[in-house]
Amino acid sequence: MIEKSVDIAVIGGGPAGLASAISAKESGVKEVIIFDRNSWSGGILPQCIHDGFGVEETGLLMTGPEYAEKYIKMAEKIGVKLLNETTIISFNKKREINAVNKNGIYKIKAKAIVLAMGCREKTRWNVMIPGDRPSGIYTAGVAQALINLYNILPGRNVLILGSGDVGLIMARRLKLEGANILGVVEILPYPSGLPRNVVQCLDDYDIPLFLKHTITSIVGKGRLKQVTISQVNENLRPISGTEKRIECDTLLLSVGLNPENELSKVAGIKVDTRTGGPIVNQDFETTISGVFACGNCLQVYDNVDILSLDAKKAGESAAKFIYYQKNKKNIQLNMGQTFLNNIPGNGISYVIPQRISKFGDIQLTFRVKKPNELSNLCVSSNEKTIFEKELLCVNPAIMNKINISITKETAIKSLEVKLNDG
Amino acid sequence: MFNFHVAIIGGGVIGSAIARELSKYKINVIVIEMGSDVASGASKANSGVVHSGINSAEFSLKARFCVEGNKMFQHLADELNLPLKWIGKLVIAKNDEEINKLECLKNVGIKNGVKGLKIIGGTELKKQEPHISCVSGLWVPTAGITLPYQLTIILAENSIENGVKFLLEAKVKDLKKKNDYFLIETNKGNFQSDIVINASGLNCREIVSMIEEPDFNVYPCRGEYLVLDKNYSSLINSMIYPVPVVEHGFLGIHITPTIEGNLLLGPSSEYINNPNDKKTTKEKMNIIFSEAKEIIPIISKKAVINAYAGIRCKLSPPGLYKQVDYIVEESKKTPGLINLLGIESPGLTAAPAIAIEVSNIVSKSIELKQKNKFKSKSNKRKRFSEMSTEEQSALIKEDNSWGRIVCRCEHVTEAEVIKALSNPLEAKTFSSVKYRCRAGMGRCQGGFCTQHIVRIMEKNFNLDIKNIKLKSPDSKLFYGRVRVEKGD
Ligand SMILES: Cc1cc2nc3c(=O)[nH]c(=O)nc-3n(C[C@H](O)[C@H](O)[C@H](O)COP(=O)(O)OP(=O)(O)OC[C@H]3O[C@@H](n4cnc5c(N)ncnc54)[C@H](O)[C@@H]3O)c2cc1C
Ligand SMILES: Cc1cc2nc3c(=O)[nH]c(=O)nc-3n(C[C@H](O)[C@H](O)[C@H](O)COP(=O)(O)OP(=O)(O)OC[C@H]3O[C@@H](n4cnc5c(N)ncnc54)[C@H](O)[C@@H]3O)c2cc1C
Repeated sequence: MIEKSVDIAVIGGGPAGLASAISAKESGVKEVIIFDRNSWSGGILPQCIHDGFGVEETGLLMTGPEYAEKYIKMAEKIGVKLLNETTIISFNKKREINAVNKNGIYKIKAKAIVLAMGCREKTRWNVMIPGDRPSGIYTAGVAQALINLYNILPGRNVLILGSGDVGLIMARRLKLEGANILGVVEILPYPSGLPRNVVQCLDDYDIPLFLKHTITSIVGKGRLKQVTISQVNENLRPISGTEKRIECDTLLLSVGLNPENELSKVAGIKVDTRTGGPIVNQDFETTISGVFACGNCLQVYDNVDILSLDAKKAGESAAKFIYYQKNKKNIQLNMGQTFLNNIPGNGISYVIPQRISKFGDIQLTFRVKKPNELSNLCVSSNEKTIFEKELLCVNPAIMNKINISITKETAIKSLEVKLNDG
Repeated sequence: MFNFHVAIIGGGVIGSAIARELSKYKINVIVIEMGSDVASGASKANSGVVHSGINSAEFSLKARFCVEGNKMFQHLADELNLPLKWIGKLVIAKNDEEINKLECLKNVGIKNGVKGLKIIGGTELKKQEPHISCVSGLWVPTAGITLPYQLTIILAENSIENGVKFLLEAKVKDLKKKNDYFLIETNKGNFQSDIVINASGLNCREIVSMIEEPDFNVYPCRGEYLVLDKNYSSLINSMIYPVPVVEHGFLGIHITPTIEGNLLLGPSSEYINNPNDKKTTKEKMNIIFSEAKEIIPIISKKAVINAYAGIRCKLSPPGLYKQVDYIVEESKKTPGLINLLGIESPGLTAAPAIAIEVSNIVSKSIELKQKNKFKSKSNKRKRFSEMSTEEQSALIKEDNSWGRIVCRCEHVTEAEVIKALSNPLEAKTFSSVKYRCRAGMGRCQGGFCTQHIVRIMEKNFNLDIKNIKLKSPDSKLFYGRVRVEKGD
């Protein structure tokens, strides 16, 4: 067994891990190591060869690999250590980490941990699609990796379920590789990916989008042969008599992402059932002291730009944590007791942070449940409104952020974030 | 043409158990299986329960083979390093009427020779199964769980070590009786054999009809399952069954912990026309879920990670609410043809006992002499994730592919995948890997490991990308390269 100690251990070397490690290093932390099970750094980005990364952050339009490259170079330059092909098996409340790679088994003692494990794609069974179990059914991200990283063509006549960004991007990608895209099927009355992706990936290529439809049957003994789609009613139940049979050899599923938190759960970190990510405070600290979370394992972000910005804050918080611990300063200064719980109210699906333990300006991130042209956002504490704002064109696909000021007077027990109807 | 003493049609648990039993003797045995691996039929899609014998009719072959088979399992598990846990089974009653039925079940069980049956209630019950809603339960300590596909694979692989030949992706297309031997025609060539054992499961009638007029019918009956995430495994300690409703002709939707720590909900029961129709249906998924929820109220649909169906090979038509017994005998019209017909549940449990029965039948026409060097033991297959840190470290030092995790959910290493692909059956599908080392069987159902397994198949086993299959001969996974590779 190889024993090691480190200031900050970052689990996951995607954009979140890289950004948090860089900012921790910039804040003066001596040793920051990023562990990643892949043989490369950059997480999911190297397979996202389309452009659209970094616009909000830098004004430059980059591809996924370019964006990753930029961060990897920065990390290397500032002295972050990247340990790839290394899988973290578990960690505990004492921040002891078990890892494995081809040199052996590691036990790593970290002063602080940053979780940046990214997310997993939901499978056919998470959405309970009945039918046969043939080959030719892939999640969109797996298909993307097969094509872009491994040079493998998964199929020729392709139907896509789910209009999330990955699904939309894969529709175009496969089209460009000469596959026949039979359509994108979406159960909701509106696409769930970013509007620009609907235009650039479907409309520009005349790929049909079947809104209010779902898959009701899958046929194929060996390889996939046929998929039946049906219209759904307001309750999202299939309407009988509306079945359409589509002959295809491949079905891609883009039915959502689940933050990857098996490690967090085993360690005993509390996870928010709404986000699927750890419950955190304003400093991205989880329910285990000294363990921070960022990136897609905290919540599924729409784009990498905001993700990196938040991840930097998580890295800074981790650095501060070490500083306070070392200088034996009153920990209350920063990571204190939770005195406020944030609750998603009417029309809101979740709020991050879920807890607040500090006064001052706090950024709240939230998603709405349904698209709407105009809505009135309201944050209240103890039935008293402390913040209000008109929001234009809200969409569940787009994350919202607001800054509120938390004072002794305004904040009592819990904050409710809600939309007022009308 | 080479002449075998015995040809077994079907590499399910029954064919494989017979093969292993016969491999103890100095005869040539071949198993002909049309799937790309053994356990391609009912033997991979069932509850994995080693039944006690309380559910089979008195004096039936089902009861006899089940009780005998059950007693043989521990020894088999010790010899073959087979996963087996005697977690026991609880048949639960929800009201007074059902309590009476528990008594009946108990009595049948006692007559069938099942030991240790006990009716429990109150605090004892609550203590044993705190999450179950019921008033009383019949405790069956001799029921256990195993991994059905692994049992079949280990039986088959151990037979190969002892000289049995397995031919995969070979479908028996015709069977002819010549003077004193059979001619077996398959897509992989023709074979000659003195004795043919029909262990073809649902196809048993089709095989018989190649050679004589069958006097029975097979009624396929589908059973669907839902698989729950490992997070839920701690909810129950034993298998939980409802009181069987005789009119339904099956045991009812029950909840079975698996060896791996998942929970199985199911199976449903539905007569179907096409014996190959293994689809799952929304309707049954919902029924299974709601019936299971009546037993364990706190389960949620979010926990489902997989669904599948297995087909029962029933000799009883729909509407006949009576068990029809197994048929295990040499054909009267065609000497040398040994038929195993209607081997539905508890077929998995009965397999070792049936194998001995068949070997006795074979011994009537062929002299069975013990081999001197029968290798009864198979090596321990301990998983990386179950090893101590010291064991893990030592293996990585020896071969660093033990230090590369390729399945993130089950923590399966590259070395284990390579080992799985090096199996003596030479089965090389994705499912073959999955059933041998669990890569791809966890929550993400192959989302992460697919690309790694493909790489290993290509690099270490020279498989052509276009020939890589999911499970059956016609289940190809990929259409080739996207672009010409540098150096190609
Ligand atoms: C198809 C697709 C298209 C996209 N398009 C855009 C776009 O156009 N513009 C945009 O801005 N964003 C886009 N995104 C989103 C962006 O790629 C993600 O938001 C971002 O990559 C998430 O970063 P992350 O660091 O949280 O996770 P990831 O990039 O997923 O990285 C997580 C890393 O953690 C590692 N890891 C996890 N568990 C362990 C463990 N136990 N041990 C070791 N390592 C571990 C993983 O191997 C992985 O490398 C797209 C995403 C996808 C999938
Ligand atoms: C839903 C369900 C639940 C069950 N639960 C349990 C349980 O918990 N406990 C228990 O003890 N039993 C259980 N059983 C019963 C048990 O699974 C079966 O009795 C057992 O698997 C039968 O094995 P087999 O080898 O006869 O059939 P199979 O496993 O179906 O094997 C037959 C094989 O023959 C091959 N074959 C067919 N035709 C040809 C041909 N022409 N040429 C070449 N090969 C051919 C097929 O490919 C197949 O692999 C259950 C069954 C079902 C369906």
